[in-house]
Amino acid sequence: MAEQALRKAPLGGFHGGSAVAHVTAAGPASRLSLRAGADAVSALSKALGLDLPTRPKTSASSDGRHALWLGPDEWLLIDENGADLAALAAKADVLHSAVDVSHRNTAVLVSGTKAAVAIASASPHDLSPAVFPVGACARTVLGKIEVVIFRTGEQDFRVECWRSFAPYAFGLLAEGAEDAGL
Amino acid sequence: MSGANRIAGQGRLTPARTARFTFDGKSYEALEGDTVASALLANGVHLVGRSFKYHRPRGIVSAGPEEPNALIDVARDTARRQPNVRATVQEVFDGMKVTSQNRWPSLTFDVGGLNNLMSPFFAAGFYYKTFMWPKAAWEKVYEPVIRRAAGLGTAPTEEDPDHYANRYATCDVLVVGAGVAGLSAALSAAATGARVILCDEQPEVGGALHYDRSVTVDGKEGFVWAQEAAARLAAMDNVTVLSRTTAFGYYNHNFVGLVERVTDHVARPDRKAPRERLWQVRAKRVILATGAIERHMVFGNNDRPGIMLASAARTYLNHFGVAVGKKVAIYTANDSAYEAAFDLKRAGVQIAAIVDSRGKPGDAVLNEARSHGIEVLTGHSVVDTKGHRRVSAITVVRNGGGGKRSITVDALLTSAGWTPSVHLFSQSRGKVAYNAETGQFLPGTYAQDCLSVGACNGTIGLQATIEEALAAGELMARATGNDGGEKVELRGENAFEWTGGMAGAAEGAGADTNVKAFIDFQNDVCAKDIRLAVREGMHSIEHIKRFTTNGMATDQGKLSNLHGLAIAAETLGREIPKVGLTTFRAPYTPVTFGTIINHSRGDLFDPARKTPMHAWEAAHGAIFEDVGNWKRAWYYPRAGETMQEAVDRECRTVREVAGLFDASTLGKIEVVGPDAAEFLNLMYTNAWDTLKPGRCRYGIMLREDGFVYDDGVVGRIAEDRFHVTTTTGGAPRVMNHMEDYLQTEFPHLKVWLTSTTEQWAVIAVQGPKAREIIAPLVEGIDISNEAFPHMSVREGKICGVPTRLFRMSFTGEAGFEVNVPADYGQAVWEAIWARAEALGACAYGTETMHVLRAEKGYIIVGQDTDGTVTPFDAGLAWAVSKKKTDFVGIRGLKRPDLVKEGRKQLVGLRTKDPKLVLEEGAQIVADPNQPVPMKMLGHVTSAYWSENCGHSIAFALVEGGHSRTGQTLYVPMPDRTVAVEVTDMVFIDKEGVRLNG
Repeated sequence: MAEQALRKAPLGGFHGGSAVAHVTAAGPASRLSLRAGADAVSALSKALGLDLPTRPKTSASSDGRHALWLGPDEWLLIDENGADLAALAAKADVLHSAVDVSHRNTAVLVSGTKAAVAIASASPHDLSPAVFPVGACARTVLGKIEVVIFRTGEQDFRVECWRSFAPYAFGLLAEGAEDAGL
Repeated sequence: MSGANRIAGQGRLTPARTARFTFDGKSYEALEGDTVASALLANGVHLVGRSFKYHRPRGIVSAGPEEPNALIDVARDTARRQPNVRATVQEVFDGMKVTSQNRWPSLTFDVGGLNNLMSPFFAAGFYYKTFMWPKAAWEKVYEPVIRRAAGLGTAPTEEDPDHYANRYATCDVLVVGAGVAGLSAALSAAATGARVILCDEQPEVGGALHYDRSVTVDGKEGFVWAQEAAARLAAMDNVTVLSRTTAFGYYNHNFVGLVERVTDHVARPDRKAPRERLWQVRAKRVILATGAIERHMVFGNNDRPGIMLASAARTYLNHFGVAVGKKVAIYTANDSAYEAAFDLKRAGVQIAAIVDSRGKPGDAVLNEARSHGIEVLTGHSVVDTKGHRRVSAITVVRNGGGGKRSITVDALLTSAGWTPSVHLFSQSRGKVAYNAETGQFLPGTYAQDCLSVGACNGTIGLQATIEEALAAGELMARATGNDGGEKVELRGENAFEWTGGMAGAAEGAGADTNVKAFIDFQNDVCAKDIRLAVREGMHSIEHIKRFTTNGMATDQGKLSNLHGLAIAAETLGREIPKVGLTTFRAPYTPVTFGTIINHSRGDLFDPARKTPMHAWEAAHGAIFEDVGNWKRAWYYPRAGETMQEAVDRECRTVREVAGLFDASTLGKIEVVGPDAAEFLNLMYTNAWDTLKPGRCRYGIMLREDGFVYDDGVVGRIAEDRFHVTTTTGGAPRVMNHMEDYLQTEFPHLKVWLTSTTEQWAVIAVQGPKAREIIAPLVEGIDISNEAFPHMSVREGKICGVPTRLFRMSFTGEAGFEVNVPADYGQAVWEAIWARAEALGACAYGTETMHVLRAEKGYIIVGQDTDGTVTPFDAGLAWAVSKKKTDFVGIRGLKRPDLVKEGRKQLVGLRTKDPKLVLEEGAQIVADPNQPVPMKMLGHVTSAYWSENCGHSIAFALVEGGHSRTGQTLYVPMPDRTVAVEVTDMVFIDKEGVRLNG
């Protein structure tokens, strides 16, 4: 019996940025791309232990688990504690599609007084607190790639992207963080 | 003093703070805050450049971005060098090297100046007329000569060591221009709590207050008030004030491009700081307060150094403390120029005369001129000037003739009036309207949520400007839902209201004359050139512009457009609005490529996508090839191996032992839902409802027109779940294609698509020993041939982590594709590799994959197909369901052209000389001896040396190919003609024994 294969994150150990915007690789998390109609929301919410948001650009969080609204029938679920989200969703006996994307995505964390400015070096999305408060999320662009930006605190953002785009996203955010500090 | 022409007590610069720079190698002293133009003028340098066409000596015309003449090359070092910088906006920094342009060998002695003597041959449109014949001369003579002469300045050849930044921003109100109007608008908008961005192209705010010292606002000198107002704004949380920031482009939906010059004025910039920063601003409302640009007078020889705009001379005096001459005359059609005379006179400069082309100037300025003892010649005009490198005298006549006299001067200030800067308004797609009373084109119909205020809106009078701007600021802020704060009130006063102005040629430069009365300095367009263009049949202003090149220089006609238009209108006998304006295009002033590119350079130019096993592959000597944005291992040369030798070895090893291949880049889409099979039935030509869970099928996807769009293997994981694979390059568009059909054509289906391309690392293990290699690592799956036949899929574990294990092959060998969650990819690869290496297997790259699949007759969509190939053409008719009544492309396939005889079809080719490898793309003919142009039957799509076959192999698209098996065709190449035999496409293991082993 071979020994268990070790996990290697695409951005393992990356960190950079500036005093006003730290840029670091997020730790591993389990993720689920969840698709379902409106009639399935309450059953899925119950199964997943949080209320799936139904308003654009909003999220729900509970104990390290986050549900991000990406579309009228689409959510990105992230569990920082690595829970088996697909198994949880399967408990709901309603029509839905649950696809494990834990390894498809990775995340860059941007934190600091100028975190929003750092992200704005490459993303046109309006991150001002009035329209993008804590808990807001959006699937948008960062430079040439698609990302999901999730505001986890006044000065904290989680930028989710596909793994092969992560070094590019990290590089852009690190440059943006440098410029935000000038 | 830094410069003999600096007047003590004048201007706002600090005498003690000096900076040294060189101009054409000579060292000069400047003050901090000087522009190159003000520093040169302070040192008595007026000759700064040569015109583009005639190489006439030229001086500084303006004090702003409209400058047509003073284009310079500015360098820190050989790499940090920029040509065509306007000396009037470039601030001096200590150690800068400035070089003049468009002259050889030197600025004062320029061989190209002969063009001036030859000017009769260089009339408008000379390009179009002169270089027509003889035809042969074009390539050898005309084009090389024109190319050498064309273009301004020389681009640096070294890589730009500076870096550039980008910032997206959103705001409620963007105010462009921070003169009195812009500041007022920003103050009232900001007071409501609205998010405001205020930008101005100059180092300090103030706009016209730089030169207009007669203005007071709230009892303070205008310029002082402006700085205080900007400081108040900058201190507010809801306001961003950007100086040295030009709004250069106004795009759709109030999207405005700004360029901020961050370090171009700094002697020793912070290494981290970008040279320039691009701001891409999305504003809910835009207020344009872009002011107006003074026009010059159009008369004979009006281009000598020392002849400049009146407002420019005021700027040099009042802001920089520089007198542009010792004996200065004014030539004007407008009251505003009188104030230049008053300011200079007060500073101790001799005013030779004010020549006013109008019979009746404003009484206020006339009286003031008298009180200064300045001679005013009303109803007179300047008709000529003298002086080679600087104006030395002007010739004045009474309008209508007589009274001719020569006046000695060393500078002449002119003003024909003010042109509102409607550039950005026009870029916003707003329509300008002509105001016949003031002779101005003004904002008419707005196309976006935008307002113009102040001089750019034609508003006359200081208090009227302030009130208009305050109201606009408040209105726009409230429109974005901000209604806090107190009303802002401001009181402005100034000395004179300005009236007057003219456009077109002045006295002595009219239709009956042939003098060089320049309207466009940089491109050497004179009044007579416009008339010539009209005479030669150009009646549209757009044609006139292109024929004469008026307004086509780097200043984009900021000074010349209205003059050109007025002369064209006069010559055509039409009114100005009937002739119309040319289009204002972005950018307002030139923007560097570095700024536009900003972060997108080096590693950040484009994402370089790497698979989870990339590091292993690199460490094992892989050479990579680009496939889309992916870096894929191409081949793994061992020491001393050529590419061909490496590929031959890899090909042999896979068929004899086994090989490992990184297939992670294949597109993957998870199709989930009760209607998943029905959806795939519609998207692919094959039938999917008959596929059992645990089995796979090769599928063909068509476009609506019936041509092959993509292919791939689809595994059924469960009744309601499919694992679809696509080509590497096709992954994003196939996903879009499917999503598009799902949402628009088949919205009734209960099915969802999720891209899982990057969820899975895919390790293909192919070859006779493939099973032996993976067997000990797999848990929970019986991988025996009986339990797990070709085209199967199972879920289980490998190396202790979850896997979707496929039994499939793109080599023709028995093979597996091990899908594991991507973070485990490298560890699982290494575990498999340890077994593979011990058994004598190899890692192989995309080149070997290409050869192996071709040996087996497998096509690559996009290489062997080109968007005009049907499944039948590709020999894949077996993959098109005969039973299905509908799928995307089913109707397309029935089109007469797609079913007719003689279509190009994919076949195999074997060269008669087995060692010879065809060239991909080579054309195929039936008879190599037929006359040229030959009838082409098709072309080679894939060609390789097959080490396993011992001969070369190829695929080709050939007319009626399927019925040509056994025929000999020919591939004519430059050095020889290659005879080939048409074969089927399978070169190895035609029975499929190996595949199922």
